Amino acid sequence: MAAPKKGRSASAQSKPGRSLALILIAIVALTGGMFASGHTTPRLGIDLAGGTSITLKAKADQGSAVNKANMDTAVDIMNRRVNGLGVSEAEVQTQGTDNIIVNIPRGTNSKEAQQQVGTTAKLYFRPVLASEPSGAAASPSPSGSPTSGSSPKPGSSSSPSASSPQKASSSSSSPSSSTSPTASATTQGRAVTDALKAGSSPSPSATPTGGSSPKPTPSASGGTDTSKLQAAYTALDCSKKADRAEAGNNAKPGDPTIACGKVGKGYYKYLLGPAGVDGTEVKKAQAVFDTQGASGWQVQMTFNSTGAKKFADITGELAKNQAPQNEFGIVLDGEVVSSPYVSTAITGGQAEISGSFTQQDAQSLANMLSYGALPLSFQEQSVTTVTAALGGQQLHAGLLAGAIGLALVVLYLVVYYRGLSLVAMASLLVSAILTYVIMSLLGPAIHFALNLPAVCGAIVAIGITADSFIVYFERIRDEIREGRSLRPAVERAWPRARRTVLVSDFVSFLAAAVLFIVTVGKVQGFAFTLGLTTVLDVVVVFLFTKPLMTLLARRTFFGNGHKWSGLDPKSLGGNPPLRRTRRPAGPAAGPVDPKEA
Amino acid sequence: MSKLGSLGARLHRGEISYDFIGKRKIWYGVSILITITAILGLAVRGLNMSIDFQGGAVFTTPTNMSVSVSQAESYAKDASGHEAVVQKLGNGSLRIQVAGLDTAKSDQVKQSLAKDLKLNPEKLAADLVGPSWGQEIANKAWEGLAIFMVLVVIYLAIAFEWRMAIAALVALIHDITITTGIYALVGFEVSPGTIIGLLTILGYSLYDTVVVFDSLKEQTKDLTKQTRFTYSEIANRSINGTLVRSINTTVVALLPVAGLLFIGGGFLGAGDLNDISLSLFVGLAAGAYSSIFIATPLVADLKEREPAMKALTKRVMAKRAQAASGEGLATAGGDAEDAAPAVVGPRNQPSSRGRGRGRQTGKRR
Repeated sequence: MAAPKKGRSASAQSKPGRSLALILIAIVALTGGMFASGHTTPRLGIDLAGGTSITLKAKADQGSAVNKANMDTAVDIMNRRVNGLGVSEAEVQTQGTDNIIVNIPRGTNSKEAQQQVGTTAKLYFRPVLASEPSGAAASPSPSGSPTSGSSPKPGSSSSPSASSPQKASSSSSSPSSSTSPTASATTQGRAVTDALKAGSSPSPSATPTGGSSPKPTPSASGGTDTSKLQAAYTALDCSKKADRAEAGNNAKPGDPTIACGKVGKGYYKYLLGPAGVDGTEVKKAQAVFDTQGASGWQVQMTFNSTGAKKFADITGELAKNQAPQNEFGIVLDGEVVSSPYVSTAITGGQAEISGSFTQQDAQSLANMLSYGALPLSFQEQSVTTVTAALGGQQLHAGLLAGAIGLALVVLYLVVYYRGLSLVAMASLLVSAILTYVIMSLLGPAIHFALNLPAVCGAIVAIGITADSFIVYFERIRDEIREGRSLRPAVERAWPRARRTVLVSDFVSFLAAAVLFIVTVGKVQGFAFTLGLTTVLDVVVVFLFTKPLMTLLARRTFFGNGHKWSGLDPKSLGGNPPLRRTRRPAGPAAGPVDPKEA
Repeated sequence: MSKLGSLGARLHRGEISYDFIGKRKIWYGVSILITITAILGLAVRGLNMSIDFQGGAVFTTPTNMSVSVSQAESYAKDASGHEAVVQKLGNGSLRIQVAGLDTAKSDQVKQSLAKDLKLNPEKLAADLVGPSWGQEIANKAWEGLAIFMVLVVIYLAIAFEWRMAIAALVALIHDITITTGIYALVGFEVSPGTIIGLLTILGYSLYDTVVVFDSLKEQTKDLTKQTRFTYSEIANRSINGTLVRSINTTVVALLPVAGLLFIGGGFLGAGDLNDISLSLFVGLAAGAYSSIFIATPLVADLKEREPAMKALTKRVMAKRAQAASGEGLATAGGDAEDAAPAVVGPRNQPSSRGRGRGRQTGKRR
């Protein structure tokens, strides 16, 4: 893209109608999509439209004190969680010594955001020492963790393909989970002995088919020397919310612990060994839809090098064990999200968590794992709506002023370019429509929200778009001044103007891309807007302005340089076109190959 | 229009031109002066950062307030001397945020605010808030800026040449310095909007410069094969040739921003719009100015140091001297600066264009 290609696109030159049709169809389609989706205005930021304000209170746990450094870290992490792409305009700040305020623009799913910011996201992989169903008829109350807020889809017949995962991608080999309603294979034939040693009496386990219900088996005493934990495990009733909240809390990663996990509609309780790998060793995580195993949405994790090594070691150990000690409990904030069993050592540093995830669950979990765990845990203090920080008059003032400014631009263009200003205005209009429609559609798509600076930026961007075709118009006029008639002038001016526009826009786009990749928060949101308008600028000039010029040049009003067309050779001070055929070849004084300099 | 059009035409043909390059020392001087003023302003007055950067105090009123948001805004402003952000919460209470207060000062403000709001100071909850534009965002923004500058210099050095890349970077830094300096001098609050405005300028300033450089590159392609003009003269011509374009694009970009600044900010007294549009306005103006008066002359300065260009200048001067003495005209063609090409009347073949060379019609292939 840096250097415009040689040659020319046939469609832009000889078939202007085609590009015009293309862009008009695109506009109609996008606008139609906008009305169909029901989001006919861009989502506005807090400064313009207000939103929801969540206050969270930090509480010290597991030896991490509530101090400024930890609070700042928490603010950064929360900021990334609610502002994954940097375009949602959410704001996170500390208040006092132990509160964090999160402001979310109106129209964002505040429930989801609450879950996202408040969840600590401490992730541990712990070997399972024992597990059994708990609380026979557990009512599936959605638990607070975003990873299990959904009840499994009925009728999903996933077979736990754990023993030898037939995955398309060789790198990601991990058993599918046992939290899907059917994947109860791992819960059969329970015999608990020392962790990470070959189990004793393995009971034959049937290969599970969809919908098999887990067979509860008595659990033997765990191999842990802490009988207290064992007692706690025995007493644990995971169908009780209080128990669920209590279990696994405040467990140090180095100690064994008990925890609850949701399996299908019921709950399982687990006795877990010390953490083998933890979430800080996850390099990145992403939500993917498993097309192979039909287990639906899952979260794929990539470990860093130490994490990968640990993971390989532990899974190698676990694979030697019998069920359930060949299981790996994936524990998020004290809750077992899934406990896949391991049949071979998993190398390559990749793992998956699957369960009864909805797309949103999977994405927010991936998001949280990517940005790391909070150093503190937080309690929600209050959730309240807030009005716009700037008041409505600011937006109105901005829009009014922008409109007046644009009217002045149009006036100036009419005075200076006369007939050509029609092309300019049409191009501006197309740009404005496209910008508006795309921003409206991005609201629901990626939580894009428009704040006051972005509104100003968009107004300026329209002015910058105007630059591109001023560059082109001036080129055309230069050609006419050289004594060409309009049609050749339009075609000759294009390659040069195109180069200028591409080089300049590439610089703008480079700025946008670098800032988008490197920065976070508001700057990232700005970079996104800049990139969008730059791309639209190129699209409009290439697909609209130029073809329109080509078409108009064929009309006598412009083609013959009518006084009001803005292309009158006389008023431009050019020589009126000579005969259109033979022209004296000029001396080779000037180095011109307009194609490519 | 016809006057303007013919002005454009005469500029295009080089019949009239302003000697930008020759008078560059004046412009450098002007820029250096403004830059020094800006730096002094920054050093002495510093920037007035908004609550987003430095945190401040937040006051929360009881739920049943009869005071409107705008009233509360003006009370808080009177009490603290800073811009205040007032939001109504869902339960009907007001959240009033004021920048730049420490605990001691916040107590004073709390007292006077409570008096204005006719409240018992006990009922007005005060707390300190941290910045929402935290250190991390700032650091990352700097990092992004640095990476971008390195990349853009590399890109421009490839697309044009290293001299132009340097000149563009100097122009860019010049624009940013002047814009921030204005903020220090005027005393407007620097809000996230201001920073966004500055970053917008970044792209735009370069855009302008690149357009001028593009024409310069085109015109100086086969420079050494002729002996009519020196590099500086060609550079000057290319500035003049793109002058109309520069003026037009600047006007078109500035008009909406001027609308925001003077109409939006002036009449409606919208503080935040001012924060944003001032940086845009100053930056756009500085960007247009620097692309013409700073960047291109700088390139010419750098180019003229090249041996090849020195030789060219010598040849051109010699030729002119010869022509002058040969024709017995006493034109002083001594130094490069005032030896403008004597062009009289429209030349039908500007040296910069080969009209349809080697083709039968003016049509491009």
